Amino acid sequence: MDSVEKQEHILSLLQEVKDPELPMVDIVGLGMVRSVEVADDFITVVLTPTYMGCPAMKHIEDDVRRVLQAAGFDHVNLKKVYAPAWSSDWISEDARAKLKEMGIAPPLAGQTTAQLLIQGGSDNIACPFCDATNTELRSAFGSTSCKALYYCHECHQPFEYFKCH
Amino acid sequence: MTKETDAKIRPALFEYVLALGDDRLVLGHRLSEWCGHGPILEEDIALANLSLDCLGQASGLLKLAGELEGAGRSEDDLAYFRDETDFKNFKLVELPRGDFAFTIARQFLFDTYSLLLFEQLQKSRNETLAGISAKSFKEVGYHVRHAAEWMRRLGDGTEESHRRLQDAVDEMWRYTGELFDADESDAALVEAGYAADAAALKPKWEEMVTAVFKDSGIVPPETAYFEGGSRQGQHTEHLGHLLAEMQIVARSFPGAKW
Repeated sequence: MDSVEKQEHILSLLQEVKDPELPMVDIVGLGMVRSVEVADDFITVVLTPTYMGCPAMKHIEDDVRRVLQAAGFDHVNLKKVYAPAWSSDWISEDARAKLKEMGIAPPLAGQTTAQLLIQGGSDNIACPFCDATNTELRSAFGSTSCKALYYCHECHQPFEYFKCH
Repeated sequence: MTKETDAKIRPALFEYVLALGDDRLVLGHRLSEWCGHGPILEEDIALANLSLDCLGQASGLLKLAGELEGAGRSEDDLAYFRDETDFKNFKLVELPRGDFAFTIARQFLFDTYSLLLFEQLQKSRNETLAGISAKSFKEVGYHVRHAAEWMRRLGDGTEESHRRLQDAVDEMWRYTGELFDADESDAALVEAGYAADAAALKPKWEEMVTAVFKDSGIVPPETAYFEGGSRQGQHTEHLGHLLAEMQIVARSFPGAKW
């Protein structure tokens, strides 16, 4: 394998690493893998945390090492970078579809709550079950840092929203 | 990149980033005291989430501070093995959590400041500080919205909730002045493009705070006296007690791993 093939092979292996709090999506689909560098036998994987205090980060790092070592890569270096900051815009279309399938509304693209607060305006979240936008925020903080709790007034279902970050 | 930061700037930037980390570490600890004591389940979860965000931000900032200092101190060394007078956090964040109205009012006043601060710091010439700030800016957006909603609910709620919120705002107002102070070393960092101009954040902060006070029926306090000195290590008697609780395990078993 040349280094480009190796890189692609490693990226496909990393798709086996799931976010423990969102087991339907992998870390590549979430946009957490910023790059894979290959130098002979030495692999460097650059990861960026979705949240500053993401408690799943350690778990994910351990999983990356485990998956790569199982595939025969013994020299794995993990680098955690904060810049540029992770954005929910980096979540792939495929991962968005999987989130929706599991009843989690995918994040809106573009303007974040922080921007809206300073500039004014509001966000409108569509229900992942019936697509209605007649929904209401019940709690901005849910079972994990990345999700908020909503309620749909059309199909009367509570649902989670993956916050725009 | 950290290593590209001008050597002359480094000591001042270390102090600056350390102070930012201390604010979030201490506030995160105060918020964690609510865990299991929130007035309703959703709020218990929300306050724990806010606490986690603060600790995550503190961890990133203190790690960066340790790198800028270049003396080999990790984020844990800085958090657990410094004494009270070495801490640079604002007195506002170390005040006891009080009742729910006090906690909400403090979050609202501090987070609104934090939002405007991180908005500016995204442009810092230190790439890591800019990245942490871009991430934190988005997180704090949710904090401000949460706090502002509760300000309106409590201020425009019952007679008791209104009274408690007004009392809280009155009590902590004198601690808000120094959020917008800067010393000579800060001014040099602003000049060089590394730090945010704190004084310049004040007009927008006042505008956002006044708008929510108006919705909540809260009367803006008029105080002639403002507290200061936090950045020089002056604190209320409350910080020592907080640190004793926060640091005891790490100090009793230094280097322990689990």
